[in-house]
Amino acid sequence: MSAGRLRALVPPLATGAMFLGAWEGGVRLLGIREFLLPRPTSIWAQLTGQWPTLRHAGWETGRIAVSGLVVGIIAGVLLAVLTTRFRTVNEGLTPLAVAVNATPIVALAPIFNAWFGITGTLSNQAVVVAVVFFPVFINTAKGLAEVHPDEIELMRSYAAGEWTILREVRIPNALPFFANALRLVAPLSVIAAIVAEYFGGPQDRIGNVITSNAGFARYDAAWAAIAVASAVGLALFASALLLERVSMPWRLAGVEGESTTKL
Amino acid sequence: MNGDAVVVTEVEKVFGRGSAEEVTALSGVDLTIAPGEFVTLIGPSGCGKSTFLRLIGDLLEPTAGSVEVFGKSAHQARMDQDYGMVFQHAGLFDWRKVVANIELPLELRGWSKADRAARSREMLDLVKLPDFGGHYPRQLSGGMQQRVAIARALSFEPRLLLMDEPFGALDEMTREHMQGELLRIWSETDTTVVFVTHSISESAFLSNRVVVLSPRPGRIHSIVEVDLGERNEDTREDPRFFEASTEVREALRAVEDGS
Ligand SMILES: Nc1ncnc2c1ncn2[C@@H]1O[C@H](COP(=O)(O)OP(=O)(O)O)[C@@H](O)[C@H]1O
Ligand SMILES: [Mg+2]
Repeated sequence: MSAGRLRALVPPLATGAMFLGAWEGGVRLLGIREFLLPRPTSIWAQLTGQWPTLRHAGWETGRIAVSGLVVGIIAGVLLAVLTTRFRTVNEGLTPLAVAVNATPIVALAPIFNAWFGITGTLSNQAVVVAVVFFPVFINTAKGLAEVHPDEIELMRSYAAGEWTILREVRIPNALPFFANALRLVAPLSVIAAIVAEYFGGPQDRIGNVITSNAGFARYDAAWAAIAVASAVGLALFASALLLERVSMPWRLAGVEGESTTKL
Repeated sequence: MNGDAVVVTEVEKVFGRGSAEEVTALSGVDLTIAPGEFVTLIGPSGCGKSTFLRLIGDLLEPTAGSVEVFGKSAHQARMDQDYGMVFQHAGLFDWRKVVANIELPLELRGWSKADRAARSREMLDLVKLPDFGGHYPRQLSGGMQQRVAIARALSFEPRLLLMDEPFGALDEMTREHMQGELLRIWSETDTTVVFVTHSISESAFLSNRVVVLSPRPGRIHSIVEVDLGERNEDTREDPRFFEASTEVREALRAVEDGS
């Protein structure tokens, strides 16, 4: 957590700074027009100038993403547990889920508007839920199922029933699979929320701020909104990583700290 | 009802009966094991050793015949948690520290936290890993993990220990060391052991009786009685140990030749 951690932050920060510098310099030197690619400094000016609007939009879009994320995760995990526990459901459902997962779910956003209303946030949340649900369900179900047969036999030798096996073996075994899904869906939820906002919902959200500013050729303001969206996505991704670390201390053991001890 | 630890009568196990892949893993197997006995099962790979062990542990059901453990059905014995199981793959749970792995069967039996802690400390001493309770399994070597698996199987003092090639993945030196440890534990407790191996020297060194199985279908070919008395590292150079190994080897040759 200390000097080492801080030092690890230096290379990405330096790279980021160099990237922004090259962007700024490149746009100025090549005389690229603002509507094609605004300079970081003008985006920054918009970011600070319109901060109240952008902060509000980021907060609201973030709420849509997080609420959809929570509902999608709970639904995905619950269904994964149920299908594992009652295998017959699983055999019918898993191939279907894999197929649905391969379809571009955000494309359904306009249809969700028809189902859940175009003015409220419900249809936007529904898009996020649908995008989050499938990867969580598929990965968690895989982790619950892919247990070493010896581990099941061991539990049966203790006269353990299916629920005990689920609690003691399958669920901990599924945690890394779940964590992978979480890394994937945390930023995806923000993308889904914004794309859904392009098609409807309240007008004070990131998606609408981007489309309306772009519509009035205020590209620097649109980029400022994109920057806010990136920050929200990054924050969610970082939370997913943090959750992964605290929920699975055994994965850190032996990687950091003491090395493997030999006989 | 009698005093035997395991009584296997006319047991047959067919996998995938009626299907194209039907396999008769075991056929017409009879075996009685006395309490406190150390019996090894040896035979060519695929002859049904693991199947035999799983039938005793009620992890599989015989297609014919019966298995009794301590005078009751194998199923009842499993429900009563009368036996401990050790596999070739240590099968420790990554997410539990070493102590928590050893305490798992005790937790499932509803032991109090204090009792569990006391017992797991005892077990760690028994397998000579007193300082490793707080480690995660992946921080231990293969040999150490296997000792933890043995500690876990012994933690609730089962009267019967079923071991399926538990030292198969270990190097020769570690394996011999573990054999010595197992015999020490076995002589300090009065556990009955059924031990699967494909190593001739291991079977001769460890057991009171070596059950030699022949394949397709798995049957008991012969039983070699071994009496090496108190064993230590010198026993490995004892002429009686060579004699026993030779006898097992000849039985296995006869099996390979199909006689
Ligand atoms: N669950 C199973 N389903 C089908 N066949 C099996 C199963 N378990 C074992 N067999 C078959 O039974 C035979 C004996 O297997 P096993 O008891 O594992 O042998 P061993 O432990 O002596 O190597 C083999 O032919 C194996 O393929
Ligand atoms: Mg086997």
